[in-house]
This record gives sequence, structure tokens and C-alpha cells, in this order.
Amino acid sequence: MLNITGKRPLFLIISEIIILIGIIALVVFGLKPGIEFSSGSMLTISFEQEIAQSELKEELVNLGYDDVIIQRTGAGDFFIRTQELTAPERLALEEDLSARFGSLTEREFYSVSSMVAAETVHNAIIAVGVAAVGILLYITWAFRRMPKPFHYGVCAIIALVHDVVLVTGIFAILGAIMGWEINLMFITGVLAVIGYSINNTVVVFDRIRENQRRGVSPDFEMVVNNSLVETLSRSLNTSLTTLLVVLALLLFVGASIQNFALVMLIGIIVGTYSSLFVAPTLLIVWERGEWGNLIPLRRAKTEEA
Amino acid sequence: MAKRNTIVLFIILAIFAFAVCALVYPLFDREEMRLGLDLQGGIHMVYQADFSDLEPGTEAEAIDGAIAVIEQRINVLGVTEPLIQKQGSDRILVELPGVSEAEKAKGLIGETALLEFRELVEGEGGEFEWVPATATIDGKEKMLTSGYFKENTYVGQGSLGKILLYFEWNEEGSEISGEVTGRLIGQPLAIFLSGEPLLGDDGQPIAPIVRSQITDRGQVEGLSLREATELSQLLNAGRIPVPLNPVYEQTISPILGADFIDMSLLAGLIGVILVMLFMIIYYRLPGALASLALIFYGAVVLAVFKLIPVTLTLAGIGGFVLSIGMAVDANVLIFERMKEEFATGRTLGAAIEAGFNRAWMAIRDSNVTTIIVCVILIWLGSSIVESAPVTGFAVTLLIGVLASMFSAIIVTRTLLRLFVGTPLAKKTRLFSAHREKK
Repeated sequence: MLNITGKRPLFLIISEIIILIGIIALVVFGLKPGIEFSSGSMLTISFEQEIAQSELKEELVNLGYDDVIIQRTGAGDFFIRTQELTAPERLALEEDLSARFGSLTEREFYSVSSMVAAETVHNAIIAVGVAAVGILLYITWAFRRMPKPFHYGVCAIIALVHDVVLVTGIFAILGAIMGWEINLMFITGVLAVIGYSINNTVVVFDRIRENQRRGVSPDFEMVVNNSLVETLSRSLNTSLTTLLVVLALLLFVGASIQNFALVMLIGIIVGTYSSLFVAPTLLIVWERGEWGNLIPLRRAKTEEA
Repeated sequence: MAKRNTIVLFIILAIFAFAVCALVYPLFDREEMRLGLDLQGGIHMVYQADFSDLEPGTEAEAIDGAIAVIEQRINVLGVTEPLIQKQGSDRILVELPGVSEAEKAKGLIGETALLEFRELVEGEGGEFEWVPATATIDGKEKMLTSGYFKENTYVGQGSLGKILLYFEWNEEGSEISGEVTGRLIGQPLAIFLSGEPLLGDDGQPIAPIVRSQITDRGQVEGLSLREATELSQLLNAGRIPVPLNPVYEQTISPILGADFIDMSLLAGLIGVILVMLFMIIYYRLPGALASLALIFYGAVVLAVFKLIPVTLTLAGIGGFVLSIGMAVDANVLIFERMKEEFATGRTLGAAIEAGFNRAWMAIRDSNVTTIIVCVILIWLGSSIVESAPVTGFAVTLLIGVLASMFSAIIVTRTLLRLFVGTPLAKKTRLFSAHREKK
């Protein structure tokens, strides 16, 4: 039988590197908030004649929109993001642009005030927090007949934090390199990843619960290892079927859902990893009080000795 | 046992038939899926009421009054299924699906419909411009506006079939009007709505020449019947009792939505086919049965969306497509269990029952956690202004999870039981690709 749990120092170090990368990316780049969180206006405009992005940018700067962001989305189609525009400002802007570049059609307009943006940030944070607490309580309840039910809840939550840090960290990097922004679809994706990752973790924990009840082995590590091996193909298969669907979403459905699909793609991969290798490993570490294993330097020393 | 299974099978087939009928025919007056604004285009606005000038205690009344006025104004536009509702205690949400005349609609909602009478004045640069006509009453300068109209305006036909919008001045109005028209005899008086001149049939501003002093009543001439009727309704709808400021606004062209629906249908279809292929190749006969269960699942979930109805948004479709991937999860759990039971030498019947019973705990716990997240998301959606993506995703995923538990457990098991006791049940290769190895 595969010995998965025996490699836990390796898994711990991989996870520590993952978390470290995530945190560094978050600290260095920070997340780029979309207008839902930072307020502002977004316009999608379609010009009848083809114009260069640089010309449009120049014109907008001339009109006083210095920190405008422009993306070309089609031949004459542009996505423009500015500070919050009032109705007259927006009309004036469109009139100025059509005076310069010919007739245009507004495909989309989107505007969020700073008050609403602040509320959205506040509520999104609360939602993620409440979701974590709700899951902790449920898992503690579901594993209430096990010794130390609280351990299961906490380990599952740590695995979640691990996933969320990596996903947000990658988005921080994407934000810095490609200008990707965090929007509500991103938050929705993160919550979906939380639900998905916990789902996987629970399946593994459930098998541990069953095997321990059946008295498979007096050694907790053996119980965990058996449970992991037994649920391995199920975990991989489920992740694979979900990945197939998310990939289809990512490839065939355009930009509007890109944030969500990419969060899910990364989240499913890292979530599967954390459910199989982080949460169960932590259970053993906690059970045995091997906290020294978490510090790479000390681990190296004990291995030398 | 076998008899009970047959009954369950008929119930499943009945549900499936019902779901397909609901999708194909307009059952319960539901002709189409209800699409969110992001898919069919339209306007989504949220207004914040400014209570600062209001007497304390009258806020709720003012908001309700404002909603009533907005409703009346929207009715003028003839929008199908508009949504106008209070959000929290001081906000109003307005959703107008399928509206393309965005500016017009917003003009109707956000601003008080107020006609202003303006006179032509020579500016400093020698250019003429329209400025509000004012009169000084009791030492105060007052503008001549429809704010001084008596209760209702009405539309009628004058001599020669001209369309006329009749109005009457109230006491104060007749004083102002008397002074203004007395002063402007022989000069034009234009009529402005929301800062723009009213245009006549000929596309020119309506600016009749004042022929005599007017004190009691008047009429606007030159509008088409439709314009006159709309304007009259607007003026009659009354004033919004509290200032409203837009805090959130989204206008979406229907073109974007149409593309998205096609693309997500394609994505969903490809996703489903890939998942089915995987299930059939990996789990063989049970995988094929799970694929049938997946078709059942898809039909039931879509029928539920249509019948409730759930408003489908971009994110909602995302949630649905994702739930397809997750829907087979319960089956994967069960089949893995069945394979283990098979490997210990059990018969097909025993392996099926043991597989389903023992996988149940894991299915329950993992789905409950997903349900917790969905419920929290729905709660979050109700507390934020821009709720459509979050709520749409959570509602479709929640329905998906509930339906998948039914389809994966009841449907697949019932189909599998059909094979118990048949010669096929002995062909273990049909059930498990790996038995021989163990």
C-alpha cells in the first residue's frame, strides 16, 4: 500500500512554500480591486470606424481622464474604466468621443459609488468569515463522536486558508502582470472553492472516521494513510470531472466569467492537494504533537541527527 | 424488492417526463426561462434616498411614495416585468429588463418630471439662450414650472385635429404665469423637460409665441399623440417626495447576453459530454447509468429553474455548469465503494447496497458543507447592492446540489438494481475495470 502520510515533511514544506508565495505576492503586489470594491465607472463602447487604442487613450487624457484604463475587446470595441461618472459627465464624455472618432454605441455602462463599494468589501469579508465558522461548526458536529472533533474542524479550516491564500496570491500576481481585477465573480469563485475544497476534505475525514471506528489499526497514522489511499481515486476522479467542466467554461465562455472560472481552476487543483495532503497530515501532526515538523530548519536538523 | 424498484423507476420516469414537458411546453404560464439583466440586457439602478431635508419619522412614507411614483413612471415605458423594490430602509432598486432607451428610462426615474418654461435672452456674447422664465412674487424670484400645475393634465384634440396637452395653474402658478406672460407678449416661451427642450413633430423646440397674458390655464401644442400622452402621465404621476441619487448603475446591451447564452450552452454541453465519457470509460456500465442519471439531473434542474422561476444570470449559469461536474461526485463516491465491496467477493446486489449505504455519510457531510456555503452566499446576496452574480450562483448551485443528491443516489441506484439477477450481473468486467487485478 502507498505510504502517503510518511511523506508528510515533504507535503508540509510544499504547502509552506505555496503559502509563502501567496503571502509575498499579496504583500508585494496587493489585490487590484475592481469597481465593485473601489468605486468607479466602466463603459463598453463600440465605434463604427476602427480606431487605435493609443488615439483613444490620448483623447481621454486630453479630456481630463488621466488614470483611465482602456482595453480593446474587438475591432472598434473598447472597454474604458474611469473614476465614477455622473450622468451628465458620461453624456459629455460620449459626445466628446463621438465628435472626435465618429458615431459610437454604448454597449455597457457600469457605475458604483464609493459608499456601495465600501459596503460590498465589508460584506464580502463577513461572508467568507461566516462561511468558515459555519463549516468549522458543522464539521465539529459531524465528527462529534470521534475523539477530538475540534481537531477535524480546525484542520479543515487551515486547509481552506491554504487554498484561499494561494488563489488570492495568484490573482495578486495576475493583477500586477496583466491588470486583472478582483470583482464579485472572484469572491463568488473563492466561496465556491471553499465549498469544493471542504467537500473533498470531508470525504477523506469521513473515511478516517469510519476506519477508526472499525478499528483498522491502533496507529492513527496508519488509519489516516489507509483512508487516504482508499479515497484517492475517488478524490482524483471527482476533481477531474469538475476540472473538465471548469475548463469548458474557461475556454468557451468569454471574459465575463473568466475570473470565476480561473479561480475555480486553480482552486480545484490546490483544493484537491490540500484535502489529500494538508488536512490529513495536520491531523497526524496535531495528534502526535510534531509541531517541530512545521519549521523547515528544525526539521532539517532533526533529520541530520 | 424488485417490485418496489419498478415503482420507483416509474416515479423517476414520470418526474423526467414532467421536467422535459416543463422545458418544452409553457407549463404554469412559464413560457421561457427568466433571464437576468446581464443575459437579456437592460438597466439595473440603485438609488439612495437623501432624507436630510425630511422631517424625522416620515422616511418610510417618503420611500414608499417614491416607489409608487417610480412604478407609475415605469408603466409609461411599457417595460415587461420591471422590478422596483425597497432595499434596506433607504434605497430603491430598479431593474428594467430589455430596456434599450437607457437615458430615457433613467430620466424618468431619477429626476422629478418637471416642465420648465424658458424665455429667450440675449447673453453677453450676443448669443441667444433659453433661461428659466421667472417672476417676482412677494419679493421672491420664482420659476415658472409644472410644480404649479393643478392636480392633473390631460390630452385632447383642438381644432384642426391638433394634439394639445392641457394644464391648469394653481393659485401661485397663475400669479407667476400672469407676470411672465404679461412681460413676454410677442416673444417665444419654450418648454423644457429635465434640461432639454420639448421637441415637436418637426424636430424643432416647441416655443409658442405668447399672444396674451395667461393666468388660469394653458396648453402645449405640437407634440405627437404618444409624446403628449406620455408627458401627461409623467406629470400626473406626481413628484418623488425625496431626492434620489444613483449609487449603482449597470446598463447592458442585449447583444452581449445573447453571445453568452450560446457560449455557455456550448460549454455546458461539452462539459457534460466529457464528464459522461470519463464516467463510461472509467466505470463502464455503472458509469453509463450515472450518465443517464446526469441527463435526468440536467432536465430536472433546468425545469426547476424555469418553474420557480430562478432568474438565470451569468454567474447562475456558471453555478449550474459547475454543479454538473459536482453532480457525479456522489456517484463516484458510490462506485468506488461498490468496487471495493465487489473486490471482497460480494455479489452485485450486495455490492450495490453496501456501496450506497456506506457512501451515504460522506455524501451527506460533503453536501451539507456546500449547502452551508450556498446559504451564506444567498444571505450575502441579500445584503449587498450588486447582488445578482452572488445570489444567482448560490441559488443555482444549491438547487443543483439538492437535485444531484436525488439523482445520484435514487436514480442511479434504481437503474443499477435493474441489473441485479440478470445474466449481465455476472459479467464483472461491465461493472469494474479493476476487479481482476485484485
